[in-house]
Amino acid sequence: MTTILLAVAALFALAAVFGALLGFASEKFRVEGDPIVDQIDALLPQTQCGQCGHPGCRPYAEAIASGEEHNRCPPGGETTVVALSELLGREVLPLDAEEGSAGDVKRVAVIREDECIGCTKCIQACPVDAIVGAAKLMHTVIADECTGCDLCVEPCPVDCIDMVEVAPTLNTWHWQRPPGIGSKPSNQIPVVNL
Amino acid sequence: MNASIGKPRPLFDFHGGIHPPQNKELSNQRPIRQAPLPEQLILPLNMHLGAPAKAIVQVGDTVLKGEKIAEAQGAVSLPVHAPTSGKIVAIGPRPIQHPSGLDAPCIVLEPDGKDLWCELHPLPDWQTCCPPSALVARLREAGIAGMGGAGFPAAIKLSPKPEHKIDQLIINAVECEPYITADDVLMRERAEQIIGGIEILRHILKPKEAIVGIEDNKPEAIEAMRRAATGTGIEIAVVPTKYPSGGEKQLIYMLTGKEVPSGGIPAQIGVVCHNTGTTLAIYRAIVYGEPLVSRITTLTGKALAEAGNFEVLIGTPVASLLKAAGADMDKIGRLVMGGPMMGFTLHSTAIPVVKTSNCILAATEQELPAPATEQPCIRCGSCADVCPADLLPQQLYWYAKNQDLERAQQYNLMDCIECGACAYVCPSHIPLVQYYRFAKGEVRNALQEQQKADRARVRFEARQQRLADEQAEKEARRKARLQGSKASAAPGVDMAALKAASLQASAAYKAAVKALKAAEVDGRDQLAALTSEVEQLKAKADAAKAAVRDAGNAPAAPVVDVAALKAASLAASAEYKAAVKAMKAAEAAGEDVSALRSAADALKAKADAAKAAVRDAGPAIQTAAPSSASAAVPEKSDDTAQRAQKMKALKTAYNVSHKQFKEASAALERAERDGSDNLDELRKQVERFKLKSDKAKEALNLLVDQAKADIRASGSDLKSLKIEAAQTEAAARQKARELDAAKINGDDQRINVLTRELEALKREAEVAAGALKAAIDEQGLADS
Amino acid sequence: MSLITVTSPHTTGQRNHTGAFMRQVIYATIPGVAVLTWLFGWGTLFNLIIAVPAALIAEAAVLKARGRDVRFALSDWSAVLTAVLLAIAIPPTSPWWLIVIGIVAAIVVAKQLYGGLGMNPFNPAMVGYVVLLISFPLEMTRWIAPHEAPSWFDSFRMVLASANVDAITGATPLDSLRTWAGNAEQLASQPILHGSFAGAGWEWVNLAFLLGGIYLLARKIISWHIPVGMLAGMALIALPFWLADDVRYASPLFHLFSGAAMFGAFFIATDPVSAATSRYGRLIYGALIGVLVWVIRSNGGYPDAVAFAVLLMNMAAPTIDYYTQPRSYGHRKAKRGASR
Repeated sequence: MTTILLAVAALFALAAVFGALLGFASEKFRVEGDPIVDQIDALLPQTQCGQCGHPGCRPYAEAIASGEEHNRCPPGGETTVVALSELLGREVLPLDAEEGSAGDVKRVAVIREDECIGCTKCIQACPVDAIVGAAKLMHTVIADECTGCDLCVEPCPVDCIDMVEVAPTLNTWHWQRPPGIGSKPSNQIPVVNL
Repeated sequence: MNASIGKPRPLFDFHGGIHPPQNKELSNQRPIRQAPLPEQLILPLNMHLGAPAKAIVQVGDTVLKGEKIAEAQGAVSLPVHAPTSGKIVAIGPRPIQHPSGLDAPCIVLEPDGKDLWCELHPLPDWQTCCPPSALVARLREAGIAGMGGAGFPAAIKLSPKPEHKIDQLIINAVECEPYITADDVLMRERAEQIIGGIEILRHILKPKEAIVGIEDNKPEAIEAMRRAATGTGIEIAVVPTKYPSGGEKQLIYMLTGKEVPSGGIPAQIGVVCHNTGTTLAIYRAIVYGEPLVSRITTLTGKALAEAGNFEVLIGTPVASLLKAAGADMDKIGRLVMGGPMMGFTLHSTAIPVVKTSNCILAATEQELPAPATEQPCIRCGSCADVCPADLLPQQLYWYAKNQDLERAQQYNLMDCIECGACAYVCPSHIPLVQYYRFAKGEVRNALQEQQKADRARVRFEARQQRLADEQAEKEARRKARLQGSKASAAPGVDMAALKAASLQASAAYKAAVKALKAAEVDGRDQLAALTSEVEQLKAKADAAKAAVRDAGNAPAAPVVDVAALKAASLAASAEYKAAVKAMKAAEAAGEDVSALRSAADALKAKADAAKAAVRDAGPAIQTAAPSSASAAVPEKSDDTAQRAQKMKALKTAYNVSHKQFKEASAALERAERDGSDNLDELRKQVERFKLKSDKAKEALNLLVDQAKADIRASGSDLKSLKIEAAQTEAAARQKARELDAAKINGDDQRINVLTRELEALKREAEVAAGALKAAIDEQGLADS
Repeated sequence: MSLITVTSPHTTGQRNHTGAFMRQVIYATIPGVAVLTWLFGWGTLFNLIIAVPAALIAEAAVLKARGRDVRFALSDWSAVLTAVLLAIAIPPTSPWWLIVIGIVAAIVVAKQLYGGLGMNPFNPAMVGYVVLLISFPLEMTRWIAPHEAPSWFDSFRMVLASANVDAITGATPLDSLRTWAGNAEQLASQPILHGSFAGAGWEWVNLAFLLGGIYLLARKIISWHIPVGMLAGMALIALPFWLADDVRYASPLFHLFSGAAMFGAFFIATDPVSAATSRYGRLIYGALIGVLVWVIRSNGGYPDAVAFAVLLMNMAAPTIDYYTQPRSYGHRKAKRGASR
């Protein structure tokens, strides 16, 4: 009888000790992880374009966190879908985008300033405040801040906003990936200027 | 390693490296020659690493040799100087020394052939005349960039952070790339000036040691440098020939055993490294006051009859140099600026020599054959054996190819110095360096994208915050106003209580409706009872609402509670909708619907009235919406302001009466269809409403015309007219779209209404366009 | 004139072709093949004559089916090398169909189905060998007693599978060792176990492959890490056991010069595609193969073990690479793989 009691006591003592240890460890080595919404938001391209059906990237991040599909971000493209899949441990889904929407080409909005009537509609539509101007005065887009979200194009009453492809500059240009196995990585350029 | 200079420095051998054929004898057999003056000098504004310079001359200006023609922009930037005297003939994009083949802004100078120097300010007594910082400033003004590689501004390297104590000054005279001999012949011919430059650098940096690293395949240069360095304490260290021992990091390791930390700079480990040519330029900038306007460039390759080293003015086009070196243009298969290991191909012979151009390699097809077809990687590891950075190029290749940038960075992609040793030995002819450059570019772009995204996030959140703040402020103002109006309102009317009662009533009504519907579905036993109950409740809810509205309206003369009105309006229209629904349900059930219908009509009128009230109270909110029509014409004289007020009232009146008219017509139609008795009465009603609305419209039009005339008379701004025209047009377009949609849905009544509205809008647009045109004509302005 | 635009470097080395690489390895097998022919007759040569065309045909067929450029892919000589290695590995008494099955398994299954050259995680020749060993154990363990080489005609008949080969077959040294391990008397009385310095006859085979291996090292076709690692691993683990019980366990020297030890060390384990790729990784990879070979030889069900050991370590190669990244310039510590 004593043995059994002793054994039970020992077990309880052990349980208490390990429980205390575990409790201590969970406090001491707590992982201060980003909340999942922040992590998702960090992966989204921040165009704030609303193509996912949410008013901005953060709301979509919240929606993803609460179970919405993670393939509704056309500006982010496949890369974003894959990154989100890895983060969330979900299956990689095909991008849910309309046909022919050019995902890879970077664009910015440009206002044809002669035609601008200064109605401020685009300023209100811009999610990142990248358009400057005042009522009845010409507006212009800060190209560096423009995310290419398209949201200013529709409200313009005189259709003076164009989405223009961003051309590579000396600073952004880089070598392309070589054509791969079975091909030669060079270009012949005829030269006339001697 | 001769005994006369003391014990030889212990050398550290870096990992890997290759021994490509040197081909240096092609160009190091002749002394330095002066390149002929070309017809034009093309001076790119970004010859150096960092921000491009900004031109400070204009087309047509005449400049003297050494005159500054573009100034530095920002900390990491350098000025550009005229390499000879002449005239500026153009400033604009020209092909430059960049592998992208993109053009960049250049200043084009047409030499006058006189080669006249501007006034120079030599400092022969640099040791005593001024502090080191003044010398550094002088070097920056002289436009001196690193002349061996990337063209990093020399002055920046010479002003290390105070916490970086410089132990070693290393002069990189290794020149490990095949073919290039510019530093070799420079040391043979101008060793004294190079040593002089090193003395200046020692004066500025005060290092413990000054070491010149030279590869052992340049015995004449070593001899000349040793002679010139005698007695100065500058050490000439001979390093074995192995590519890429001239890489800055590799040379530092060889001479000191120290490694530049990944992503860091040599100054962090107490080392500053300069190229031989830079040292010479520094000497000339200080002792003669000459800015950097020329350099020694090797012209070599088997397509040249007279390969050799030339003293070239910066900006000389490659074509002119090729001619001077006796090039057989047809034999040139590949034109490389720089050496065969790290140089880049030129896409045009109009590209100028810049501060960093140490070599022009005009190679024949046989000499540098076109690249072979890429074969699969067999992971033989030859690349890893030769990698001077001790990377695993075979793994990097794999990840770069699959664009797995994260893994590529894990395998230290960014530590790759792009020396090309891996691609040189690769038996599968894989263009490894291009893969790495691609991946690095992608990494950099991704970083930029990330930064941009972060900025966008911040801006987005700031905007959301701003909007929320504005909203809150409005709310606060509204509350304040409400308080004010309550105070002035008839005492005893408790708005809140009324509202609560109203809400309760409508909730009860809604519940009843639901119950009714459920009953219908169940089998409509007590349908009639329920229906009557619903109606009762509705009446109650209506009464409550009306009370709320009355209470709200009573004191409305001075300040109107827009929010309350809006709520009331919404509630009213919700009621109307509910009533319609109930009616439809009843209709479906085959009950008598006339009572319900009339109730619905009444509700509709009520909802419209509520809407009108909201609209009346409009100005208060209108100010918050700058795009609305009223805000387009702000700040007027009292007179016009009054008129605007009146116009608004009229508009509202018109709208209300027009709506009523429409309702009445609809009711009439229905009555006609149903064969009702009181047709006459209804007809009368319609007439009445029509009259009322027409009157209002007339008055309104009058007022509008007056206002427009006023605007014209006052020669007012075309812009507002333009805006009005555009807005009316836009509104018309919008309506047309709606109409199209309605047509698709086949809703006849709606189509009618919309058609009428569209016509009105079109008229309005015409009027606006006419006014605009008239105004333009009046002001005598031509418009396209 | 026209100019070419291309990334640097603009010049490449001399010995610069994957095909040349593969051919060098093939040349290096010549001494080994010569000794095999001297000891065991023409069978090995017949194996080669069947294996090489079979491999080329199999590779070409799959490449064609995959829509690849057949000429270009065949020009890397990798299929020929795989065929040569497999032909050497299987017994010289083998019938033609055995060779063809092995080749198909090696080229089609182990190599092309994984994506072709450079993509195969397993050594194709060893996959072919193991497939045969498991499917046809009898044919695959039938070795001719050394120095009793049949005439070329007999060999030819064996290839056509119309000769009774049992008459001239005998146990290999590793067979005998496995049969008689622990029995001192029997061990002493087996002549096959007592050659000039290791198992009779086979010591010469291994010596010849060692010679070929040294040629490869001298030509820098292979690095020393894997062979040295493997031979050292084998010898070092064999030594203490042999010292402790020389009746139960064979000497390191015997292990080094028996069976496919040298052939495996220089020609099989060094297949770069399926091996570890970093320097330390290769040393560890080789050493573990050596240990595995000894373990399987001493305790396993098969007399020799190079094929199994290599395939097992092929699986471990990515993990080894993960933990053996070299310390790159400018880094204080080596990174431990691509951690996530």
